[in-house]
Amino acid sequence: MNIPSSILTMLVGIGVTLISLWYGQNHGLMPIAASAQASQIDGLFNTMMTLGVGLFILVHGVLLVAVIKYRRREGDNTDGPAWHDNFPLEILWTALPAVIILGIGVYSFEIYNSMGGLDPMGNHDHGTMQSHAKMRGSAIAGTLSDTPQNAPQIQPEKQIALGVGAAPENEGKPADLVVNIMGLQYAWIFTYPESGVSSGELHIPVNSDVQLNLGAQDVLHAFWIPEFRLKQDVIPGRTSELRFTPNKVGEYRVVCAELCGAYHGAMKAVAFVHTQEDFDSWIKEQQIASTQNLEEAVAVNPDKLSDGEFLAPYVRDIKINPESLEQLHPTHH
Amino acid sequence: MTQAQFQETANIEARGTEPADRHWRDYFTFNTDHKVIGIQYLVTTFGFYLIGGVLATLVRTELATPDSDFVTPELYNSLFTVHATVMIFLWIVPAGAGFANFLIPLMIGAKDMAFPRLNALAFWMIPVAGVLLLSSFLVGAPQAGWTSYPPLSLVTAQMGEEIWILSVLFLGTSSILGAVNFAVTIFTMRVPSMSLNEMPLFCWAMIATSALTLVATPVLAAALILLSFDLLAGTAFFNPTGNGDPVVYQHLFWFYSHPAVYIMIMPFFGVISEILPIHSRKPIFGYLAIAYSSLAISFLGLIVWAHHMFTSGTPGWLRMFFMITTMIIAVPTGIKIFSWLATIWGGKLRLVSAMLFGMGFISTFLLGGITGIMVASVPFDIHVHDTYFIVAHLHYVLFGGSVFGIYAAFYHWFPKMTGRMLNEFWGRVHFGLTYIGFTVTFLPMHALGMQGMPRRVAMYDPKFTTINVICTIGAYMLAVSTIPFIVNVIWSWRYGPKAGDNPWEALTLEWMTTSPPPIENFEGIPVLATGPYDYGMEKIQNTGERLKLMLRENAIASSGQKRGIPIAEAQASTFFSGTATLVEPESEINVDSPADERQDSN
Ligand code: HEM
Ligand SMILES: [Cu+2]
Ligand SMILES: [Cu+2]
Repeated sequence: MNIPSSILTMLVGIGVTLISLWYGQNHGLMPIAASAQASQIDGLFNTMMTLGVGLFILVHGVLLVAVIKYRRREGDNTDGPAWHDNFPLEILWTALPAVIILGIGVYSFEIYNSMGGLDPMGNHDHGTMQSHAKMRGSAIAGTLSDTPQNAPQIQPEKQIALGVGAAPENEGKPADLVVNIMGLQYAWIFTYPESGVSSGELHIPVNSDVQLNLGAQDVLHAFWIPEFRLKQDVIPGRTSELRFTPNKVGEYRVVCAELCGAYHGAMKAVAFVHTQEDFDSWIKEQQIASTQNLEEAVAVNPDKLSDGEFLAPYVRDIKINPESLEQLHPTHH
Repeated sequence: MTQAQFQETANIEARGTEPADRHWRDYFTFNTDHKVIGIQYLVTTFGFYLIGGVLATLVRTELATPDSDFVTPELYNSLFTVHATVMIFLWIVPAGAGFANFLIPLMIGAKDMAFPRLNALAFWMIPVAGVLLLSSFLVGAPQAGWTSYPPLSLVTAQMGEEIWILSVLFLGTSSILGAVNFAVTIFTMRVPSMSLNEMPLFCWAMIATSALTLVATPVLAAALILLSFDLLAGTAFFNPTGNGDPVVYQHLFWFYSHPAVYIMIMPFFGVISEILPIHSRKPIFGYLAIAYSSLAISFLGLIVWAHHMFTSGTPGWLRMFFMITTMIIAVPTGIKIFSWLATIWGGKLRLVSAMLFGMGFISTFLLGGITGIMVASVPFDIHVHDTYFIVAHLHYVLFGGSVFGIYAAFYHWFPKMTGRMLNEFWGRVHFGLTYIGFTVTFLPMHALGMQGMPRRVAMYDPKFTTINVICTIGAYMLAVSTIPFIVNVIWSWRYGPKAGDNPWEALTLEWMTTSPPPIENFEGIPVLATGPYDYGMEKIQNTGERLKLMLRENAIASSGQKRGIPIAEAQASTFFSGTATLVEPESEINVDSPADERQDSN
C-alpha cells in the first residue's frame, strides 16, 4: 500500500491540525470553571478534545474519500488490488496510539495528583462506618433533631475514606473550612462542625481550602457541583471526602448524580461561594436561627407520609429549593 | 474467472442440492437445526428491540419537558430500567448469538452445532425470560436501573426487582450455554483443512466473545443470587443496615458488566470484518492483527471493571491502576479500526446497505471509542460520570456499534437466510434515517452531560430544555426509521427477487451452498480453494495444487469420522480434469502467493 505523500497530503495534515487545535480550545462544552481543580481538568479535557477531533476528521476523511473515489464503477466486476498487509504501517498505527495513550495517561495522572486524588491520608479507606446505617424515615428526623452530633464525624486521626483529598501542597495541613454533608432521599443537609450551624445550602468562602465530608443516610447518592468538576458517591456506612478550592464567587447547583429513587432528579441544593466577609456574616445569622429551628424539628412519624408531605415541614429549615418540592406534590401517588 | 467463481467451482461437490423448505410452524418448535435456531433468535430479539424502542420513546417523551408530567417518577424509573435491560440482555447479546448460531457451522463447513439440543434450550430460555421481565410491569417493575445497585434495589419495587433478578439469571444461563456451544463447535468441527488462522474472522470474534462470557457471567450470577438473598431472606451481603457493603456488589456486577460491553460489540467487530472486504473487493487488511486483537481485548476487558466505579468506593491509587488498563484497550481497538480503513482504501466499493451500515459502524463506533478514552481519564470521568455524557457514550458504542453491526449483518446475510434479496432502495432510506436520527438523538447528549445534567432523572433543570427537545425529536426519527426495515424484510422474505447461492461473490463457506442452506448445510465436505478474503489474488494454479491436496485430506478425514459423504479420489480427479480450463490465459499467476505461505505455515 502506498501512503499518498504529496504536498496535498501535507496541506490536509496542516489543515486538520489547525482545526483540531482551534476546536479543542473553543468547544464551549464545559460550564464555567469555579474551582482551582476545574481549570486543571479543563486543560486535560481540551487536550483530549484536540486529539479526538484530529482522529475524528482523519477517520471520517478516509471514509468519505473512499465513498467518493473508490465507489465501484458500473460494469466493473473485477476485484480491487490485493493489499493485505503492510508491516511498517501496522507498526506505526500500533505504536502511535500507544504513545498518545501513554501521554494522556501521564497527563491525567499528573492532574489527578495535583488535585489531591492521591492524598495518602485522604484515600485511606477504613471500611464500613456503622453509625449512620439507618433507613430513610427515622433518619431524617434524627438528623434534624440532634445535628450536628449525628452528622458524619471526622475521626481525629483523619481516617477518611474515599474521594479527592488534599492537594500535595496542603497535605498534612487541616483544611480552612470543614463541612459535613449528609445525603438522604431527596435532600442534602450541610452542617458546619466548627460553628454548629446546619443548613440546606452550602456556603463556602472563596479561595479557601474547603473540605467536605460526605455521608449518606439511606441509599447511594452522589455529590456533584458541575462548576467545580467534582463528584463523589456518598455511600451509607462509609465516609468520603472532597477537598478543593473554590475560586469564583457565585451561586452553583449541587446535583445528585447517583440514582437514589423516584425523585432523584429533584434532589438539588445550592452552593454559594462568598467573599470571606459575606461568609462570616452568614455563619453568624445561622447560629442564631439554628437554635430556634432545633426546637421545632420534632420527629413526626415519617413512614406514613409521602415524600412530598414528609419533606414539607422542613422546607424552611433545610431550604430545599422550592421548585423541586413543587414537583413532589402533584406527581406523587 | 474470479476468485469467487473459483471457490464455487471447487465446492460444486459439497454444495447442497435442494434449499431447505421450511414452514413457518417450524420456527415455533423445539427445532435443533442451527439455522432455525439462528432465525428464532434473530426474530425474537428484534421483537424485543422494538419493545425496548417503545420504552425508549416513552423515556424521551417524558424528557421533552423539564417537569415530570408524562408518567410518574416511579414509572419513569421503571421505564429506563426495563429499556436498558431489554436492550442489553434481550437484544444485543442474544442477537449476536443468533448470527453466531446461523453462521458458525456454515462458515466452518460443519453440519450443525456441537450440541444441537443444548442450543435449542439456550434459545427457548430467552422468550421465557423476556416475558417474565415484561410481566413485572403488572406488579410494579424494577426501578433501580439495570445496574440494580443496592441499597436502592433492596427498598424499591421489591417484587419487580426479584423478577428482574430471575429474568437476568435466565438470560445469563442462556448465554453461557450458547458460549460453550460456540467454542466447542469452532474448536472441533471445522473442515479438516481449515486451520484456526484460516477461519473467517467472525469465528475468531466468537471465540473471544465466548471466552469472556464463560469467565464473566458466573460472577454476575453470584452477585444476583446474593442480592436475591438480601432481598428475600434479609441477609446483609450488600445492605448497609446490616453491615453489608454495597460497593462489593458493584465490583461483582461490573466484573461481569464491563466485559459484557465487549460481549455485545465483539461479534459485530467480526461481522464488520466479514462485510468490509467482500463489498470492497479487497482482502481484509491485517488478518492476524484483527484476529489476535480480539483476544487481547478479551483479556484486557477482564481487568478494567472498576473504571465504572471511579467516583464510587474506589481509592485513589486503585483508580490509577484501572485508568491505565482501560486506556491500553484503545491500542487493540485502534488496530482494528485502522485495519478496516485500510481494507476499504483503494478498493472497489459496492455501496449496498450492508456496506453503508458497516461504514456507519466505523463512524459511530469511533466516536464512542474517543469518548471512551476520555472517560477512562479519571479527572475527566469524575466530572462526567453518571451524566448524559455517559448516556451518549454508551449509545455510541451500543447503538452506533452493535445495532449498526446487527443491521449490517441483517442486510448482508438475509439472502443466505431466506434465499431472497432485500430491496436496496429502502435499505438506503433505512440507513439514512437511522444515521441521522441517531446523531440527532445522541450527539447533543454529550453537551448535556458536561453542562450538568445527571442521568436517570425524570425532572431536570429547565435550562436544558432545548437540547432535550432536540434529542427527543431524534428519538422519534429513530422510531420511524425501523418502519422501512420491517416492511422491507417482511415483503422481501415473500416476494423479493431470488438471491442465488452467492449474490455478493463472497469466498467464505456459507456462500458455497444453496440459499437457504439445506438441512445439513452441505452435501459433502466443502473445500477451501481460497482463503476467506483472497479477493484480487488470482493464483489459480497454486490454489489448484492445494485443492487436490485438500480433497485428499478431506476424503481421509471423512472416512474416519463419518462426518459426511466421503469424497472419493475419483471424484476429485474428475473435478480436476473437468476444469482444466480453470487457468485462464489472462489471469495473472502470482508467484509468491499467500496460498503458498499458508501451506508453509501449516
Ligand atoms: C432506540 C433508540 C434509543 C433511545 C432513544 C434511547 C434512549 C435512552 C435514554 C434517554 C436513556 C437514559 C434514560 C435515563 O437516564 O433517564 C437510555 C438509557 C440506556 N439505554 Fe437507550 N436508547 C435507545 C437505544 C438503546 C439501545 C439500542 C441500547 C443497547 C444496548 C440502549 C441501552 C441503554 C442503556 C444501557 C441505558 C442506561 C440506562 C441506565 O442509565 O440505567 N439504548 N436510553
Ligand atoms: Cu440522591
Ligand atoms: Cu439521586
